[in-house]
Amino acid sequence: MTTPTLDTAITPLTIGPFTLSSRLIVGTGKYESYEVMQHALDASGCSAVTVAVRRERLLDDQGRSLLDYLDLDKYTILPNTAGCFDATDAIRVARLGRDLLEQLGNPGADWVKLEVLGDRATLLPDPVGTLEACKELVADGFCVLCYSSDDPIMAVRLRDAGAASVMPAGSPIGSGRGIANPAAIRIIRDLLKDPEHGGDPNYPLVVDAGVGTPSDITIAMELGADGVLLNTGIAHATDAVAMATGMRLACDAGYYGYRAGRIGKKLYATASSPWSGVITSIPGE
Amino acid sequence: MAALTLPSSIVKIDVNNTPMDLQGPLTVADLLDVIGKAKTPCAVERNGTLVPWRTRSDVQVESGDSIEIVTLVGGG
Repeated sequence: MTTPTLDTAITPLTIGPFTLSSRLIVGTGKYESYEVMQHALDASGCSAVTVAVRRERLLDDQGRSLLDYLDLDKYTILPNTAGCFDATDAIRVARLGRDLLEQLGNPGADWVKLEVLGDRATLLPDPVGTLEACKELVADGFCVLCYSSDDPIMAVRLRDAGAASVMPAGSPIGSGRGIANPAAIRIIRDLLKDPEHGGDPNYPLVVDAGVGTPSDITIAMELGADGVLLNTGIAHATDAVAMATGMRLACDAGYYGYRAGRIGKKLYATASSPWSGVITSIPGE
Repeated sequence: MAALTLPSSIVKIDVNNTPMDLQGPLTVADLLDVIGKAKTPCAVERNGTLVPWRTRSDVQVESGDSIEIVTLVGGG
């Protein structure tokens, strides 16, 4: 008989040299205001946030800066290579992001969320460019978190290329369609984390993109993901702070659900109350 | 005999696709100072190559250079 588990603490998420207290990584884009972003990030409980690298404004001195609204002592900044459509640009942007974060003294200088996109309409990753950039960035000392499609073989290739985490898309970026192919995420989980499939239980699998509502996160976590990265699902919700709260709770729910081990699905019912001692007549018996 | 002085010159460059004529000689650090970005967290490329932030005072800007200055913005 199994002894009841008393330790209900959620273990930290470890990715390369980074240990994150929350299993949610949240984006900083597209909020109604920086103030709403601050409250939403706080409500999500995240300890790592993604940012993008873009041209500095030369003429708009009145413009507010994202960095004025991020507590760099609280959050590990994860720079992305969003907007890059080939490996060369992604490597270039990753190095710019590292240089920026080194100046800021933020530990996020050492990692990057690698995105090499195929086209602007789908924002799906270009697998060839992603693999090429991953190899180069790993060789350059980066801890690379690879945004990928939900192709299990591609996930293995990226892991073998040195990616510190593979981050398959639940569905296209910003689509809010949730986990479009749960079977693919499950297979990726098996290949990356199950020793029977050559995986390592400690290898971090993070589902990235497509989250529209809290249950999407729960499903990802119940499939065995170690964490979820999202932005639009919170930022564009009618009430971003309330949604961030829901996302946090959903992540916890999915974490416990997977860890607990769900019951098998059956076609027919199984009574919860005992049949023995029943004082009524049972049809057919 | 007059002291030898380097002639000042106009340095014609592109900064974030904006043409600029600046008084030279100047380094990347000088450039950021001149355009008011010395205290702004940013990263700089000169002709497509990263200028590490610790070396900005050592790298000269020359006419014809294309300078890219980037910062961090919200993103997912």
